[in-house]
Amino acid sequence: MDLALVVGLHLLHAIASLALISVGLAVIFGMLRVINFAHGEFLMVGGYAFVLSAGAGVNLWLAMLVIAPAVVGMLGYLVERLVIRQLRGDVIATILATWGLSLFLVGLAATVLGYHQQGVAPPFGTIQIGSYTIGIYTFFVIGVTILVILALFAWLRWSRAGLLVRGTMQDGELAAGLGADTVRIRSATFVLGSALSGLAGAVLAPLAGVLPEIGATYVVKAFITVISGGATALTGTTLAAALFGLTSQAAAFVSRPVVGEVALLVVAIALLRVLPTGITGRYFRKAL
Amino acid sequence: MNWLRDRTGLLGAGVAGAVLIAVVPAATEVYVQFELTLFLIFAILALSLAWVWGFGGILSFGQSAFFGLGAYTFAVAVINLGESTLPILLGVLVPALLAGLLGYFLFWRRISDVYLAVITLAVSLIFYYLIGASAGSQYRIGAALLGGYNGIPSVPPINVPGAPEQPLVYGDLYILTAIVLAIVYGGLRWLLATDFGRVVVAIRENEERAQLLGYDVRMRKLAVFVIGGGIAGLAGVLFAAWGAYVSPNVFSMTFTAQIIVWVLVGGLGTLSGAVIGCVLVQAVMTWLGEAKLADTNLVLGAGFVLLVLFARRGLVPGLRDLLARIRPPGRDPR
Repeated sequence: MDLALVVGLHLLHAIASLALISVGLAVIFGMLRVINFAHGEFLMVGGYAFVLSAGAGVNLWLAMLVIAPAVVGMLGYLVERLVIRQLRGDVIATILATWGLSLFLVGLAATVLGYHQQGVAPPFGTIQIGSYTIGIYTFFVIGVTILVILALFAWLRWSRAGLLVRGTMQDGELAAGLGADTVRIRSATFVLGSALSGLAGAVLAPLAGVLPEIGATYVVKAFITVISGGATALTGTTLAAALFGLTSQAAAFVSRPVVGEVALLVVAIALLRVLPTGITGRYFRKAL
Repeated sequence: MNWLRDRTGLLGAGVAGAVLIAVVPAATEVYVQFELTLFLIFAILALSLAWVWGFGGILSFGQSAFFGLGAYTFAVAVINLGESTLPILLGVLVPALLAGLLGYFLFWRRISDVYLAVITLAVSLIFYYLIGASAGSQYRIGAALLGGYNGIPSVPPINVPGAPEQPLVYGDLYILTAIVLAIVYGGLRWLLATDFGRVVVAIRENEERAQLLGYDVRMRKLAVFVIGGGIAGLAGVLFAAWGAYVSPNVFSMTFTAQIIVWVLVGGLGTLSGAVIGCVLVQAVMTWLGEAKLADTNLVLGAGFVLLVLFARRGLVPGLRDLLARIRPPGRDPR
């Protein structure tokens, strides 16, 4: 019984982390269709913003929930303004430019901060379930993920700003014709996605630590999750995160963590062979 | 014949090839040839991407997977067999097979550029994780220990076919690599001039139209991808033999990025550009690494962004435009 509970928690945590690293990309790529290969580095910058400001004596929660999203949001604003907007939707050029940006950020972080791992001990301590010990922070990660996804969903579904964003994504010209400032809406959406990535990087930092190259471990998983999710970004990403989180964690349980990573990638490749337009390309089309 | 009509390019390539094969070995020290060999190996790898991406229109982030697989296949096979002829063949065939398998997943359903990019990237990462986790004596293929992130050391050199006691030393490996580069370059140019090559370019230009004209797009894309995978594998074989060493770093993101930079710097849609871009970028990187002025990622990344923003067409197409402007009008240099 205890074992089942612990295993269940681990599975939930795996799903939540995957959803968390993907949610910013779900906004930027899933909705805006901007391919941001520097997504992993956005998470990395968020992690550093949190770890460094917490290390400088700032309140832990202020650093995690405010400073990290704000810093990465600003970075996103600059990137959108200086790079993404200049390329005007040229897919290949955007892939390459953001990849260059990703290398640049890795190099910058390494030059300024060095190639060693930094971290903050997970707050809250641990809890005993039968003979198993589990960090309370695990519950926090699951809770934050659920909150972020619900809030994003509600905002998109019921707020006027969310309506404008959805309208711009669905038909930019029509939205512009109706008087929406689509350039600003796109920019703001990109900043929102960046800020969410910053938050994710900060929330995961106490567990994973931060180092300049950590983005590489996130970016492919995030892309695979969002792509496999398909056309309706938020629902699709959540579903795909659930599927892949389960698969990889289950594989990691029966074998080793590395097998879990590989299982995720293999399942994703096979899934795209069966459903080339992603999960929501066929099911749940009416969702968000 | 299109490729014979373009005399300037062919002449240039011929002269460059002759210099590489005949003049350089006589005029330089062995150490210089050793360094140059690496550049030429990377140039072969760059050609594989120039072919797959520039002419086939397939942006593959997986060339490093084929390169690495070629290197590992060769290393494992040559350690087990003690003779290099069959391992070289395997080092080309195994990556080509993987490309075929992958291509079946990629081209039989209409998967967009982005999906393709991510899936090929995922394949590289799978290898990176799997081989990285193979440390320990239980992970061995025959006599070859895979060695995890430490890689496989002391890979035996390439030998004269059928005579393991006659290995190719540095100068010989240089000449072999230069010849392979020339053959790959010439072979690709020939392929582009055939009907097959023309259809491939037609598919790149407009896939739907090519399909409506009755060409089997999937088969041709698959063939392009398999050929590209084989060439990358061959470069990997030479790489493992060159350094007598191979590690999972050949599957890393940085290495994959480098291949794309080479092709972009030289100019997409050209073969000579890939070679020139590769040698130029590698020379700069080597110099940066030795001078320790800045982090290579920093420089590579910044160069990449600026290149995409301001010089998207690359060196060789830019030079061609310049040449076309200098020449009297009325003649198309292509």
